[in-house]
Amino acid sequence: MGSEDCPLAENINTVSDLVNVLKARGDGFAGAFANLDIVRVAVNQEHVPFDHPLCNEDEVAFFPPVTGG
Amino acid sequence: MIRIQEQDFDPGLEIAKLSSGHLSVGGVCSFVGFVRDFAEHSTVQSMTLEHYPGMTEKQLLAIVEDAKNRWPLEAVSIVHRVGRLDPGDRIVFVGAASAHRKAAFEACNFVMDWLKTKAPFWKKESSDDGDHWVEAKATDEDLSKRWEQPKKEH
Repeated sequence: MGSEDCPLAENINTVSDLVNVLKARGDGFAGAFANLDIVRVAVNQEHVPFDHPLCNEDEVAFFPPVTGG
Repeated sequence: MIRIQEQDFDPGLEIAKLSSGHLSVGGVCSFVGFVRDFAEHSTVQSMTLEHYPGMTEKQLLAIVEDAKNRWPLEAVSIVHRVGRLDPGDRIVFVGAASAHRKAAFEACNFVMDWLKTKAPFWKKESSDDGDHWVEAKATDEDLSKRWEQPKKEH
């Protein structure tokens, strides 16, 4: 699991916007977000859809479908 | 009550705690999940469970609250283990206590279905052919969908 803190860029309004910015970072990121059907997202530790709005200081997490229980 | 821990738990003790002090409890329904020794194409030697600390607790508490809003429950417990586990080890305990058995059975079923699709845990299996992350099952997603219509039964 990797994490980083960064200020929210002005052109990022939703989780989808953030995904597009991350995808442009390189092949590793582009590959991870190639199929969004198998990517789940949480903002401030709640499950949300990709069109969820983002504010500065939100905690955003991307992960695969869960497999507990 | 929810707990996330590396150590094992005692299902009997967990069941006892669900009814103790609640004289209106008529029944406790419980589920215990174990590590299997087989995967789709191989033999499982061990399993490692990771989670998203913070979000896990939040999601489990939300699932418990949701269950309490749907059924008249006296108490609900979830105990989920993380870390390295061997085949035969207990992974998860879910228990629901109610005045009547129907609510206890249904709530226990509901909590397991939602835990499977909402609680941020991930399993990695170590088998003969190496380590691999377990993939989510579409059947788990389908099972959880049956609870999507909010219902209240008293």
